[in-house]
Amino acid sequence: MALLKLKFPFQKRVRLAQGLWLLSWVAVFSGAITFAVGVFLKTELHRRSEVMHNMDIHIVPNLLMAVGLASVGINICAGKVCQDSLDPSRFPRWKTFLPPFFCMSVFLASLLLVAMILSYALQPSLEESLKIGLKNGIRFYKDTDTPGRCFQKETIDRLQTEFQCCGNTNFRDWFEVQWISNRYLDFTSKEVKDRVRSNVDGRYLLDGVPFSCCNPASPRPCIQYSLLDNAAHYNYEYQSEELNLHNRGCRQALVNYYMGLMNTIGPGVLSVFLLQMTVLVSLRYLQTSMEGVMGQENLEIETEGYILEKGVKETLLETKEKVMKIFEFAQVGDASATTPGADPEAAAAPGPATK
Amino acid sequence: MVVGKMKLTFQKRVKLAQGLWLLSWVATLCGAITFTLGCFLKTELRRRTEVMDNTDIHCVPNTLLIVGLASMGSNYFAGRICQDALDAGRFPRWKNFLKPFYGGSIFFTTLMLIAVILSYVMKGSLESSLKIGLKNGIRFYKDTDTPGRCFQKQTIDRLQMEFQCCGNNDYKDWFEVQWISNRYLDFSSKEVKDRIKSNVDGRYLVDGVPFSCCNPRSPRPCIQYKITNNTAHYNYEHQTEELNIFIGGCREALVNYYMGLMNTIGGVVMSVFLIQSSVLATLRLLQTSMEAVAGQENVEMDAEGYLLEKGVKETVMEYLDPVLKLMWLNQVTSSEDTGTKDGNS
Repeated sequence: MALLKLKFPFQKRVRLAQGLWLLSWVAVFSGAITFAVGVFLKTELHRRSEVMHNMDIHIVPNLLMAVGLASVGINICAGKVCQDSLDPSRFPRWKTFLPPFFCMSVFLASLLLVAMILSYALQPSLEESLKIGLKNGIRFYKDTDTPGRCFQKETIDRLQTEFQCCGNTNFRDWFEVQWISNRYLDFTSKEVKDRVRSNVDGRYLLDGVPFSCCNPASPRPCIQYSLLDNAAHYNYEYQSEELNLHNRGCRQALVNYYMGLMNTIGPGVLSVFLLQMTVLVSLRYLQTSMEGVMGQENLEIETEGYILEKGVKETLLETKEKVMKIFEFAQVGDASATTPGADPEAAAAPGPATK
Repeated sequence: MVVGKMKLTFQKRVKLAQGLWLLSWVATLCGAITFTLGCFLKTELRRRTEVMDNTDIHCVPNTLLIVGLASMGSNYFAGRICQDALDAGRFPRWKNFLKPFYGGSIFFTTLMLIAVILSYVMKGSLESSLKIGLKNGIRFYKDTDTPGRCFQKQTIDRLQMEFQCCGNNDYKDWFEVQWISNRYLDFSSKEVKDRIKSNVDGRYLVDGVPFSCCNPRSPRPCIQYKITNNTAHYNYEHQTEELNIFIGGCREALVNYYMGLMNTIGGVVMSVFLIQSSVLATLRLLQTSMEAVAGQENVEMDAEGYLLEKGVKETVMEYLDPVLKLMWLNQVTSSEDTGTKDGNS
């Protein structure tokens, strides 16, 4: 009941080994690319870490970097194995190494798929993190004299200029916070006193936005203050004015940017995953077909290669039993260490009662 | 009076040919890099073409593009020649090709050097081109409704934000132009009427700058208007205020940017020039030593290689003679024509 059995004449084995050696080097290269892509994504996320509340999204680039590095190592090993595979004197030394190697490699390759799925699944988490981060950024915009917050203004200004956005959801978020510090407000003036009195918390609120919200594409010089007052500016109607400020919110702009990045990276990661699986499957076929040749006098006979010796279910049960045995041995070893006075025969024999 | 004579044993010739083959591939790669650098520089200059008055500076990237391509071609041939060099049967077919090949290669290699020199020499031209371009950009900033000038505002705004600069020489350039269009001025208001009457040309001048001059690093919200009026803003002194708007002018910022680019590129091109020269010199040595061996029975004997058979002056005259003869011939035939015409009439 072997899984996916294939016949391998000598010529086919030789060609499989050669093809696999080439493919493993291509896979090393693509593993390096995966690592580089992970580093790039992490750098991009780190650049805007000041407007993100948590780092949950960083798991995607972390996974890509880890798998990229591991994949480079795995594929170098695969190349070495298939270099030795056609030489029956050197091949047997890989015998004990290969089964755990395959398990680990399949696990690491599936991590690539996990990373891709996570990049879509974590979108709400990213959005939430940006919502809170931007809210705080806007709230602390004026605190350029408070240690720990003194760069919020520069961060938010540069962000709004670079991503062509204004505020969290839109520009009205600026109307709800005091973004002009008290240091620059003349509290003797009537206008300031009126505004401060007009709300419960005594904040200086105005219908204005910082300069970084201004849209360079506007045909007229930027109107930043008294935005909702049509009479304050000549030939101005805020309801129909579209180009004066950036229309979209920074949360939307950043989410779109990062989702765009991850959508571009996604297909690349998928193709790396397929390449890696091809390498592993070919290596498994090569290993099993070479094992058929081991010990034979005529090396050029036809052998069979397979992926699993028994069916999937039976192989899983077998592996489970092996793992259990290792655990029991370890447990029994512990038990005999802690109870030296106990009967050594009873301790040595693994009893079902210990499970 | 031979220049650069060297004795080359057979083994040395073989190693020379192998080394040259490798070097020629490295030099081909360097030629490709030069071409890429030329493309990059041209793209960067084209991005800011709207604030430049003329395109004289484009001769630097154009030269680099030409030299890069020529260098790739000449190094490819150098590789082919030295592949054939050690084979006495195939080497003679390159005989006629080599003289024009050397002439062309030396010309293009000197062109590389000229490109580097030009990039420093053209700094003055670039600066005056930017001066005029930026002056016009600031003048036409308000003309967002005039076809052909409607993107000046966006260009200048994006430029000032990206290069963190304000105005041509400094921010005061904005005080001397009307940068707010008449479409957005209320001519019935007293303030507007006063400002317009206060100068000869009837322009609306303000001591204010566009929003793109604002410095994000400033601790206070940007003060764009009434910059020189200390009483208009609370706790403000324009003489000591440094972070409010960008202090430097855009002309200097752009010149520094392009000079920095060209300094980096110049360094790379100089090393490519050295590699290229060594390829040509090595090829010449190989060729001359192989010529000494050609026709001999024992191919493995020692031979002498040299760079120039005669001295430098004589070699130059040799090259120029055919060119001069061609020119002379044209002159003589034209004088003969006029002579016969006179004779006939």
